[in-house]
Amino acid sequence: MKSASEAADAAASPSPDRLILEAGDLGRVIDRIAHQILEKSDGARDTVLVGIPTRGAPLARRLAARMHAFEGVVVPVGVLDTTLYRDDLRLRGVRPLEQTTEPPGGIGGLLVVLVDDVLYSGRTVRAALDALRELGRPRAVQLAVLVDRGHRELPIRADYVGKNIPTAPAEQVRVLLEEVDGTDAVLLRGGPR
Amino acid sequence: MSRHLLSAADFDREQATLFLDTAAQIEAALAGREVKKLPTLRGRTVVNLFYEDSTRTRISFELAAKRLSADVINFSAKGSSVSKGESLKDTALTLEAMGADAVVVRHSMSGAPHRLALWVRGCVVNAGDGTHEHPTQALLDAYTMRSRLGRLEGLRVTIVGDVLHSRVARSNVLLLATLGAEVTLVAPPTLLPVGIETWPVEVAFDLDGALPKADVVMMLRVQRERMAESYFPSPREYSRRYGLDATRMAMLPDDAIVMHPGPMNRGMEIAAEVADSVRSTIVEQVRNGLSVRMAVLYLLLSGAEVSL
Repeated sequence: MKSASEAADAAASPSPDRLILEAGDLGRVIDRIAHQILEKSDGARDTVLVGIPTRGAPLARRLAARMHAFEGVVVPVGVLDTTLYRDDLRLRGVRPLEQTTEPPGGIGGLLVVLVDDVLYSGRTVRAALDALRELGRPRAVQLAVLVDRGHRELPIRADYVGKNIPTAPAEQVRVLLEEVDGTDAVLLRGGPR
Repeated sequence: MSRHLLSAADFDREQATLFLDTAAQIEAALAGREVKKLPTLRGRTVVNLFYEDSTRTRISFELAAKRLSADVINFSAKGSSVSKGESLKDTALTLEAMGADAVVVRHSMSGAPHRLALWVRGCVVNAGDGTHEHPTQALLDAYTMRSRLGRLEGLRVTIVGDVLHSRVARSNVLLLATLGAEVTLVAPPTLLPVGIETWPVEVAFDLDGALPKADVVMMLRVQRERMAESYFPSPREYSRRYGLDATRMAMLPDDAIVMHPGPMNRGMEIAAEVADSVRSTIVEQVRNGLSVRMAVLYLLLSGAEVSL
């Protein structure tokens, strides 16, 4: 997990971090996604938001808060840890697990909007679809991401995208959120300059 | 994270906490589920290599591996080539050749899992070696204490009984010291090991004096199978001085809990009414053992560049 001080260091140091979205942009992007979900789901009828840890969880809560502010709807929010469902556990190091919280009222028969910060290979989303199946049978599943950076390895696409960022595989997209990192920003780091 | 789990002294506080936290997350992930199964260890093989009788540990490891979708092979010394005289090493090499990713071993000889770890490439998990260690029991005990009492730091834990023969006591002392609990051992002098003064514990001989200041009292089983000599005059005398009955239990602070690793000798070290009381966590310990062993297998086997 990236700490607030690390984030501050990253901002202060002369490393080749490029600021893609600053706090104000990020808020507007979340507002837009909230509106889009409301539009596509008939005012969030029978809809739940499920965040994928770490940063998908606070993002889902923010989306729910904005949707409540815009239309007065209360959208249940859940958190789904996908680690135990990943297919690359043998290739990567051990990762600590995070808490899974089913949205109040479950997901059976509802529209589930998965929320994550960055869409990259698509493997996390695949794992999330498997994990979701264990919680029940949704009517439909959609995907909302703050950043789509390309390089998909699976036939998966997002229904709601905050920002498309063309990247090289060597580059790193870092989403910083107030709740986790102490600040709001999207940074692009590394790669050929 | 080490590739093996051999001793409760192998990890620092951060790693020990990772085991406990992971177990808690797994328990939460499966709570209320109809199908209690995760795909995490699909295609991995876990061998239960049991040279000593065991009910709860073997079943617990088997179920833990199955819930993580690993393939499980159960091996017990009875009815195997061991009865034809095959050595531990040859058995280990056979299992290795069959592609075991993890070997869970219980053996009557102290140190057997440590030897095994030198011979096989997979992960070795010590499920109890002689009178030495039983680290997963210590983890599940710590997990139970933390979930019942909310903390481990500064917790006063009194361990009572046959410390000399108890791998549970040794592993608990080591792990609890790492996690910051204060351990008191209460036992007849004949049932304390040599060198006890080097352990990070207090030692007492009077149970009644120790009980009023205990947050946790852990009763050890009187191990009749390991008692060739007479360590105490009679079972009745042992029970009277070191057994936990209802009168003694009443001396405990209000929220103190009573633990026992099982199997119990009811009426010997623990009275039936104590074992069945609300303070008793004995059944809870067994339930927690499953989550803790799933966490151990997950942490040792995932991301490991071991295996074939």
